[in-house]
Amino acid sequence: MSATTIQSSAIRTAVLQAKLWYAQRISAMVLGICVAIHLLIMFYAIRGGLSAGEILGRTQGSWVFAIFYEVFVLACFVHAPIGVANILRENFPSSEKVIILPWVLACLILVMGTVAVIGVFTGGGSL
Amino acid sequence: MSNRPTLDRRAKSHLSYFMYSAHRYSGLLLACFLPLHFFILSQSLKGASALDQYLKLSDFWAIKVGEWGLVTLLTIHLIGGVRLLMIEFGTWRGLRKGWIQAAIVISIIFGILFLVLAD
Amino acid sequence: MSENNLKVKVWRGKEQGEFVEYLVPRNSNQTVLDVVTYIQRKIDPTLSYRFACRVGMCGSCAMTVNGVARWTCRTHVAKIVEGNSLEIAPLNNLPVVKDLATDMREFFNKWKGAVGFFKGEQTRFDDFAKVKPESEARQLANAGIECIGCAVCYASCDVVASRSDYLGPAALNRAWTLTNDVRDVQQLDRLRAVAGDAGCHTCHTHGSCTERCPKQLSPTAGISGLKKLVATAAVRGSQWGKL
Repeated sequence: MSATTIQSSAIRTAVLQAKLWYAQRISAMVLGICVAIHLLIMFYAIRGGLSAGEILGRTQGSWVFAIFYEVFVLACFVHAPIGVANILRENFPSSEKVIILPWVLACLILVMGTVAVIGVFTGGGSL
Repeated sequence: MSNRPTLDRRAKSHLSYFMYSAHRYSGLLLACFLPLHFFILSQSLKGASALDQYLKLSDFWAIKVGEWGLVTLLTIHLIGGVRLLMIEFGTWRGLRKGWIQAAIVISIIFGILFLVLAD
Repeated sequence: MSENNLKVKVWRGKEQGEFVEYLVPRNSNQTVLDVVTYIQRKIDPTLSYRFACRVGMCGSCAMTVNGVARWTCRTHVAKIVEGNSLEIAPLNNLPVVKDLATDMREFFNKWKGAVGFFKGEQTRFDDFAKVKPESEARQLANAGIECIGCAVCYASCDVVASRSDYLGPAALNRAWTLTNDVRDVQQLDRLRAVAGDAGCHTCHTHGSCTERCPKQLSPTAGISGLKKLVATAAVRGSQWGKL
């Protein structure tokens, strides 16, 4: 490999690392708002016990809740895997296969999260 | 003959490092919890009664303790995260130790609030 | 009270070695450097250590005292003694030459690696560069330029300990001050040097560097500045060109 090829692949890694950092911080800002709202909703919802009827009563057919929660899911989908990847890369530096775990987490969050949003939006009935 | 000493707890016994630790481990635990959280919520696809079966699990005190733990971890991670955003994107005003104290205090308050409000 | 003796454990050896205990008379106005000097002059002349100014200006006497990196000439025994015990070891994260002296080459090589040196393009025949002292860039640079390269921050950093290629707080702090120097002409090279795996984004804001810097500098602030600069350069390009 020539010196310029090595240098440009190093720059490409650098650019990727910088973009991942940026994405994680931007998603963190989104999550800051979503989590704060989520905590407030939770404190309101758990009074007197949690029931599916109560939850679905709020979310079923509600576009506002659906969009809010889907934005939440997407922000988690970006934020959590990058964080987990950082932790894994630092604690298992020699392992190359370990990078699959953040990808698995990303898929789980995106798919299961969206299914959950659809679930509470439809409430088991048809749309 | 032994190996030279390395950075140990004495080097890391300061507030900012403690907050980094709390932020990292709370994030890791929350990331592990997320798929389970979505799984339970997705039971709503099968209708309210299917979801209720899972919600009934929170009647066990062990689950309640777990939920309390999650609320506490989420609050720590949220406030610790806002602190990081202030350090990285805001005007430099030191290591924002006030935010560390706020994270500890507010996560305790929210934990208590959860226990009070949950049945 | 001078009847009391300090029990001082000092690291003897290199990467392999042992703590040897010495008894040192305790005085009311004693620094850790006084203690080390007493041991070498009165008890064991084979002890190796570094110092120079002994008044807190040069940074040569930095060592690990009770697990924490400090300037020994500015650390009063009374402030950090545990009962009547002290533990003195060489700075962490740097190879040991002998006993309390470490090999500082990798520390300074990383300064070079981060393009932590100035290069201008004006000559003696040009007019003075006009830099407004109250400009934002100059204020940011001034906040970090007092670094004397003592390596206390480097020795305190957990990330340096776990990643041998991480440039470290001092090098990155210096790079940051230079990105704010409007006369410097290597900004793009510098951005590329501090980006990447071993660069600024590896910092996890533990804050140990800022906590321990004997000159109250904040490498965390400089590194945060670099993180933003590099991320913006990666996504949108910088005022000096694309990464």
